[in-house]
Amino acid sequence: MTRIDAKFAKLKAEGRKGFVAYVMGGDPDYETSLEIVKGLPAAGVDVIELGMPFTDPMADGPTIQLAGQRALAQGQTLEKTLQMVRELRKDDNETPVVMMGYYNPIYSRGVDKFLVDAKEAGVDGLIVVDLPPEEDGELCIPAQKMGLNFIRLATPTTDDKRLPKVLTNTSGFVYYVSITGITGAANAVAGDVGPEVAQIKAKTDLPVIVGFGIKTPEAAQTIASVADGAVVGSAIVERIAKGESVADILAFVKSLADGAHRA
Amino acid sequence: MANDLFNSFMRGPDENGRFGDFGGRFVSETLMPLILDLEAEYEKAKTDASFWAEMDDLWANYVGRPSPLYHAERLTEHLGGAKIYMKRDELNHTGAHKINNVLGQIILARRMGKTRIIAETGAGQHGVATATVCAKFGLKCIVYMGAHDVERQAPNVFRMRLLGATVIPVTSGRGTLKDAMNDALRDWVTNVRDTFYCIGTVAGPHPYPAMVRDFQSIIGKEAKEQMMKAEGRLPDTIIAAIGGGSNAMGLFFPFLDDESVRIIGVEAGGKGVNEKMEHCASLTGGRPGVLHGNRTYLLQDDDGQILEGFSISAGLDYPGIGPEHAWLHDVGRAEYVSITDKEALEAFQLCCELEGIIPALEPSHALAHVMKIAPTLPKDHLICMNMCGRGDKDIFTVAKHLGFDMKI
Repeated sequence: MTRIDAKFAKLKAEGRKGFVAYVMGGDPDYETSLEIVKGLPAAGVDVIELGMPFTDPMADGPTIQLAGQRALAQGQTLEKTLQMVRELRKDDNETPVVMMGYYNPIYSRGVDKFLVDAKEAGVDGLIVVDLPPEEDGELCIPAQKMGLNFIRLATPTTDDKRLPKVLTNTSGFVYYVSITGITGAANAVAGDVGPEVAQIKAKTDLPVIVGFGIKTPEAAQTIASVADGAVVGSAIVERIAKGESVADILAFVKSLADGAHRA
Repeated sequence: MANDLFNSFMRGPDENGRFGDFGGRFVSETLMPLILDLEAEYEKAKTDASFWAEMDDLWANYVGRPSPLYHAERLTEHLGGAKIYMKRDELNHTGAHKINNVLGQIILARRMGKTRIIAETGAGQHGVATATVCAKFGLKCIVYMGAHDVERQAPNVFRMRLLGATVIPVTSGRGTLKDAMNDALRDWVTNVRDTFYCIGTVAGPHPYPAMVRDFQSIIGKEAKEQMMKAEGRLPDTIIAAIGGGSNAMGLFFPFLDDESVRIIGVEAGGKGVNEKMEHCASLTGGRPGVLHGNRTYLLQDDDGQILEGFSISAGLDYPGIGPEHAWLHDVGRAEYVSITDKEALEAFQLCCELEGIIPALEPSHALAHVMKIAPTLPKDHLICMNMCGRGDKDIFTVAKHLGFDMKI
């Protein structure tokens, strides 16, 4: 049982929805980013999604693209992103951390070495955008063997026929992508998302969390009400891009978390 | 050679889209159902005589195929060694080999009921070819092109606009081909229902590398027949330039099981293949990684971040290479070398002066390697190089490098 499983079991027992916050590791710089990450649990974040910057983030909109570029320009590496998790774990052994990004930096480090390092650092799960079920042998199965969750994205193009394939080998939770598109683009619509989430939930006992296109506390509440929780990324990253203080950023995160928790 | 190893070098990819360890389908879940649909549609078309009848008709009457196999007499004489032939794909409608593939993909798109076509382009040749075929069939066309390339390939940008395409300058990254491909993928993920992504090279997720290769293989098939007719035998060496590698794969593929034929791919060496990475030679200066849907050799740093390549030629300016080339490299069936900007420019000028052909900067790289090896080979050694594009689009770049003022 990972921290993710424990967290969702607890939320379920309490009858509450989950709130997942995404930030890019090393954005705008290592120290500030670490300060933000360390502040997320107290702001009400149930699961931290920590972005691993990549030069070619094909599924991301301009907000996350620029966050990755800022982080890389400040010298962020996969090792430093792992180091952030180690630092967080010094004071927090409960909040689950999911590392999210693209495959090449992991492949470049070596899958086995990365998994050992990630487990040792205190990472609980992975979301790797460019690894569909067809490539499960690459990282998904080795990660599960190592005791890390591999969280899969389901999308509006995932039809009934394909859904079982997507759910096989998924663990931790299912991340439902609310729109066809890139991060930070169109707004998620609860009326569209609800039936899709219900369809997924009919096929799995895993929690279903919805992300992409959720920008406000109200949207977090509406979307969380038709799922097991909501993810916000770009809207938080935009505030980091504007150079807001860590306190202001965390206050915004808290408003989002409160929104999701009201659902 | 082939019999010893696998029976054939022409069987790839496997059902997972792999050429050995290379290739694959490294895309987001949103795109996965789309590429599976495309694969199914392509598999159907491949064995459908009516599909190929339509292709043959368009190749003959719209593109102007077969392209000639031309004996470059003065160049042969000048170099004093091997007998040099050029496969004249620069004479195709739109001035390059790119249209061979675009026709195939657009016919598929029409069969799939897609009405909006997107493409990425580097030098602009693939963008022009896509805009052309879209105009012919009345399809909406959007071309993503790096902002840097928009600037250095202005004539092609205007051509695309004349043909009714929307050209979107891409400013992410360094604004070259790789970034254009990222933005095209972002468009596709957003507009999944009506959009067909027409990829211009033998890269991307399966089935693109195999499909584009199959459409481009018309080059090698024709060259083989033409060489048999001209010389009564196969060429001894075939040579082509490589960015992503589509013209090269098109020439090479039909020859892969002809053991006697030496196969050479020429990468863009930019300012020289050195630690400063001012080149685009993925095989000579890169290592395996995953980008744009496939595993292949990539220019990357120690942390797996993709590096921007560098080349005088916008069409070769890509940090990766088609996965089948990566495999052919590793199994040793083809050799890969690199040519610098300077060497390519010299070949460009020599070709103009001796043959009355203004080559594109891309095949100028292949020609530069011909210039290196031809003098060392006997006169009865037959070389076939792929003259995959004409140089009209490059005259501004070349003028700048030669210090010629184009303002009249």
